[in-house]
Amino acid sequence: MCGIAGIVNTGDRHEPPSRELLTQMVRAIRHRGPDEYGMYRDRRAGLVHARLSLIDLASGQQPLANEDGTLWIVFNGEIFNYVELRSDLEALGHRFRTHSDTEVIVHAYEAWGNGCFPRFNGQWALALWDSRSHRLVLSRDRIGVRPLYVREHGGRVWFASEVKAIFADPSVPREIDPAGLDQTFTYWTSLAPTTLFKGIEELLPGSIRVYDADGSKHDVVYWRPSYPVTPPGDYPLTLDEATEALAEKLETATRLRMLRADVPVGSYLSGGLDSSLTARMGRKAKEGVFQTYSIRFQDAEYDETEFQRAMAATIDSDHQELVVTRGDIARVFPEVIRHTERPVLRTAPAPLYLLSRLVRESGIKAVLTGEGADEMLAGYDIFREAEIRQFWSREPASAARPKLFERLYPYLARSPGQAKGMALEFWRQGLDRAGEPGFSHAPRWRTTSQLKRFFSPDFRSAVESHPPADVLSDLPPEFGKWDTLARAQYLEVVTLLSGYLISSQGDRMLMANSVEGRFPFLDAEVMEFCNGLPAQYKLAGLDEKFILKRVARGLVPEKIIHRPKQPYRAPDAVSFVEKGAPAYVEEILSESALREAGIFDARAARGLYAKCQMRAGGSANDIAFSNSDNMGIVGLLSTQLVHSQFIRGDGIAPGGEILYKTLIDRVSIQQLQGTS
Amino acid sequence: MKHEEVSTKVHQFIRKNFLFDDTAQLGDDQSLLGSGVVDSTGILELISFLEETCRVKFEDSDLVADNFDSINKISAFIMTKLPPGKDGDHAVT
Repeated sequence: MCGIAGIVNTGDRHEPPSRELLTQMVRAIRHRGPDEYGMYRDRRAGLVHARLSLIDLASGQQPLANEDGTLWIVFNGEIFNYVELRSDLEALGHRFRTHSDTEVIVHAYEAWGNGCFPRFNGQWALALWDSRSHRLVLSRDRIGVRPLYVREHGGRVWFASEVKAIFADPSVPREIDPAGLDQTFTYWTSLAPTTLFKGIEELLPGSIRVYDADGSKHDVVYWRPSYPVTPPGDYPLTLDEATEALAEKLETATRLRMLRADVPVGSYLSGGLDSSLTARMGRKAKEGVFQTYSIRFQDAEYDETEFQRAMAATIDSDHQELVVTRGDIARVFPEVIRHTERPVLRTAPAPLYLLSRLVRESGIKAVLTGEGADEMLAGYDIFREAEIRQFWSREPASAARPKLFERLYPYLARSPGQAKGMALEFWRQGLDRAGEPGFSHAPRWRTTSQLKRFFSPDFRSAVESHPPADVLSDLPPEFGKWDTLARAQYLEVVTLLSGYLISSQGDRMLMANSVEGRFPFLDAEVMEFCNGLPAQYKLAGLDEKFILKRVARGLVPEKIIHRPKQPYRAPDAVSFVEKGAPAYVEEILSESALREAGIFDARAARGLYAKCQMRAGGSANDIAFSNSDNMGIVGLLSTQLVHSQFIRGDGIAPGGEILYKTLIDRVSIQQLQGTS
Repeated sequence: MKHEEVSTKVHQFIRKNFLFDDTAQLGDDQSLLGSGVVDSTGILELISFLEETCRVKFEDSDLVADNFDSINKISAFIMTKLPPGKDGDHAVT
């Protein structure tokens, strides 16, 4: 639930954060929590909260304090094991006024300090303000389900769930950080703490940041993905035992997410294995009506209706579908980017923005999704490609080894010349670097990096003068001891999962319409268990999510378990270049708009746009755009939209009156006059 | 059509369609797939261009990376597909 924001004076700055400014901040993120607003203010700090009420609707208001009103919290998210933690804390003598998980955090922090965070099983971004010691503590969940941004400037610290709340303060400079865009055009996301905006930091997932009264700060990383360094033979469970254990952990994780809510929780159904299994377990956890939601596409190549309906029928859910067209995608894209606050290389978030609107309109505030299964249990092709390339690299001259790609992509076997030779050439690149850390992801990063050819000369030199951080330069010390799969999983989790899938395609698209996502596969215990499994339980030969398919037997229709994995995609470039595309596309990719932003070489960008328009004008329906051109159009357009909305503007939707349900203001008028 | 002529046309096409820059550096032996200038769908764009411009027809078995992976390889391969000219100018490389 919720959106949080605040301002804290560090060091010598004395004037208290203004109420008007704090109100502007919470107004900027009101979509995250339109049910209630709250503010706390003292002479050094101001905290604001927009609430989406899901737990303890009557008394869970924020900001919330400890018994003596010295420790204050604003919190976005859920601590799913709060009931168990509360018992532990009561045994230690803590007394509670509410039934919320928020109050549990305050007491847990009093009892255990920073040691409380690893005890939480949940998804959170929070700020704790100790008004006695003038200490600010910020923390984020392990994997970064909930967002948190920080800005330090002129003796102050701003923090917020979304960057736009920080930009609500006009004194904060707004500028694109070339390093953040360079990373996005490599990894599909900027790498925390770098963001798209100069001076704005993203708090690292799984970390804590503490600001002390003297303005000093320190960061603590309490969690990173970790994999076994012991031989697979040492794993104590047989495949059957591990299957049973995983099933039990997933059921517990799903049950917690269904029952730890005082409102109904629904589920997404993509048509794939992960969300089907999640929905099945969710259905089992709670009596009554169970709402499910699916995206359908007018373009048949992306559509999965058959499998979605099969699952909905299996669990007898109240199923709703939304048909998405290219026109819909193009129309909502600017609003989508106002919520992602960063460029994207595919349009896939747009249908999810429309879907969460349907969820909200149907009266549901929280949904389960299958997000995380592919990263935890090796569902993606990139893992299988890495295994084949690894195997091939041991005999690079072998003609037989690369034939394994035909098992991965059956179409290769059907088209002897065309695709195969080209595809193999693509995967052959870097084969001699099999032992190096980025081996699994090098083909993707190399392809994506081609987008940088659109950078203007000035922008390129700005990147070169401050080279951005490389994900490979900050690996855990034991990375080199992990097997091929674990290394690839780690890289996938810290780049695409955290920075794109659960952010641009997850939290932001859900919260845009005030809907909370809950992800059983990202449960702390499920992640720990999956990461500890030997590789061959996850990827058996080339059989992906091997153990999960065993868990799903009898719970999910066989045709869903055994269907080839279909990545979730939506129509990309074609949505913006076909006849009848919205006028903003031409405006934002116009020579003058490109030159004003200064990021891209106007001639190159116009060249790509013209090429795609020409191709779209060709055959009516089935227009093949290359991967590079698709990423190019979507990447350029979304970057231009970020610039126009957040650098020229502040990214905040107009209107929105804020009436506080909770208002604690410890700065009296007299005190204020005393300082002036 | 001579090797140089094909080479020039391919240079121009790649600059215009993949690099979007008339002045971009592009080596004759640079691997187009390996350096990421052209991706696997892009190669198909290139192949249709060659079929139209050079009036050649490729068999499925022609369509392997080795024939199309650099401007020199493309030009040399086109020469083998063209009917022999009076001056035998297809026998290049």
